[in-house]
Amino acid sequence: MLDVKKIKLDFPILRRQVNGKPLVYLDNAATSQRPKPVLEAIRDFDTQHNANVHRGLHTLSEEASAMYESSRATVAGFIGAPADELVFTRNTTEAINLVAAAWARHNLQPGEEILSTVMEHHSNILPWLQLGVTMKFVDITDEGILDMKDFAKKLTKKTKLVTVGHMSNATGTINPIETIIKLAKKVKARVLIDAAQSVQHLGIDVKQVNCDFLAFSGHKMLGPMGIGAVYLKKERQEEMLPFMTGGGMISEVYLDQPAVWAKGAEKWEAGTPNVSGAIGLAAACEYHNRLGMINIRAHEKELTEYGLKQLSRIKGLRLVGPKDASIRGGVLTFVFDQYHAHDVAQVLDSEGVAVRSGHHCTMPLHQRLGLVSTSRASLYIYNDKSDIDRLIEALDKVRSVLG
Amino acid sequence: MDLYREEILDHYKHPRNFGDLTDFELKDSDRNSSCGDSLEMGVKIKNGKITDVKFTGIGCAISLASASMVTEMLMGKTLVQADKINDQAMLKRLGIPISITRQKCALLGVAIWQKLKLKLK
Repeated sequence: MLDVKKIKLDFPILRRQVNGKPLVYLDNAATSQRPKPVLEAIRDFDTQHNANVHRGLHTLSEEASAMYESSRATVAGFIGAPADELVFTRNTTEAINLVAAAWARHNLQPGEEILSTVMEHHSNILPWLQLGVTMKFVDITDEGILDMKDFAKKLTKKTKLVTVGHMSNATGTINPIETIIKLAKKVKARVLIDAAQSVQHLGIDVKQVNCDFLAFSGHKMLGPMGIGAVYLKKERQEEMLPFMTGGGMISEVYLDQPAVWAKGAEKWEAGTPNVSGAIGLAAACEYHNRLGMINIRAHEKELTEYGLKQLSRIKGLRLVGPKDASIRGGVLTFVFDQYHAHDVAQVLDSEGVAVRSGHHCTMPLHQRLGLVSTSRASLYIYNDKSDIDRLIEALDKVRSVLG
Repeated sequence: MDLYREEILDHYKHPRNFGDLTDFELKDSDRNSSCGDSLEMGVKIKNGKITDVKFTGIGCAISLASASMVTEMLMGKTLVQADKINDQAMLKRLGIPISITRQKCALLGVAIWQKLKLKLK
């Protein structure tokens, strides 16, 4: 189990007061906070090693290049991938757009389809819709669980790509990706996993699950904003064209004949990369490794069970998503009486409790569940039962303020 | 909490001029999709004067209360007077600081009035 009291001390921002109350940060599905080792790694790069990578022969550039590549190896290792299969991006959104533009656009034949689900984040829907190919969406149950019968029905020989989130940012639903990938492979479909909500809470090994692509963001896993990554399986890399073109992603450029693209991950990293971001993300991966992903999941599962139990006791509050914490990550989503989610969030904020309100970039999911907007408290390693208790107390205040 | 001061809560719980817009010919709607606010407003005009105004829809306390206030501000005004009812007037009417993220809630009602105004021209 995790020593949450000790973990909290690693996060300077958690000492902050908000509206005169100690901050309770429960918006981790939107972005997470950064611990001292991550902040220090970034600071060390900025103050001691800052230089462009793969371009200079001077000492700083050599150091920066070595640190960037070692960060790549660390981040790749975190998801069980070799370094040459990991490409740094800005975030999950860019990672998925990269696969859509550099792989899907050139590999889908007329008549072939992309299969996704209605519970996806907009960033795992829109990049595919832009391709103008046929898309199908697997339905969910009223509890927000993927309908595997519908999946089996919609997965056909025409399906070229299955693209699915590992864990829903809106309901916390954990999808059975091992089964999904096995079924997809039977019809020779490729699989992309949107792991923005799962690498840091559940952990994943890309070689074990055997997906083709996997996308995630640094800022949702204790790292900085503006850095993310995409796993590109070697065989798929051979089928891919560049995403953006420019410096860093070429080996030879001519004015009168086609350029020769760089080999390996660099081919998809045009321009000066976010080196300090990559270093910060690697430090974030190491932070998770020290705690252990099994311990992180066990802690968050227990906290999810506690949160679901406490919230279900509140009169007029309706929980959204799976009731069973074994298929639900630390995302507590609810509708409270007739109160609009924004008003709930605003009153909670006045009590120092930070939650998200709205449709959480999942409009199709909300439409499917017949909801306009929801409130969402999402958990992480530095949350404990006292944070849930503060949420419950603050919800009392909603009724007294809004009547 | 200033944002939910008594008058605003009163407008939220008992919105003025709220109801069915079937018999309104001049009407328009607007929404804040990311919030789930969706309002519709109609006006009746006779001899250059607003003789009736109504709104309907769903929204948060701030969007409903401010739309309710807009209908009060418009009712009975001449078109010349009503022309001055804009974002600034709305924020002044609310009388409390509105954060950047809540501005679109506070200004949804007045935004529909701006759309209706264009239809008049």
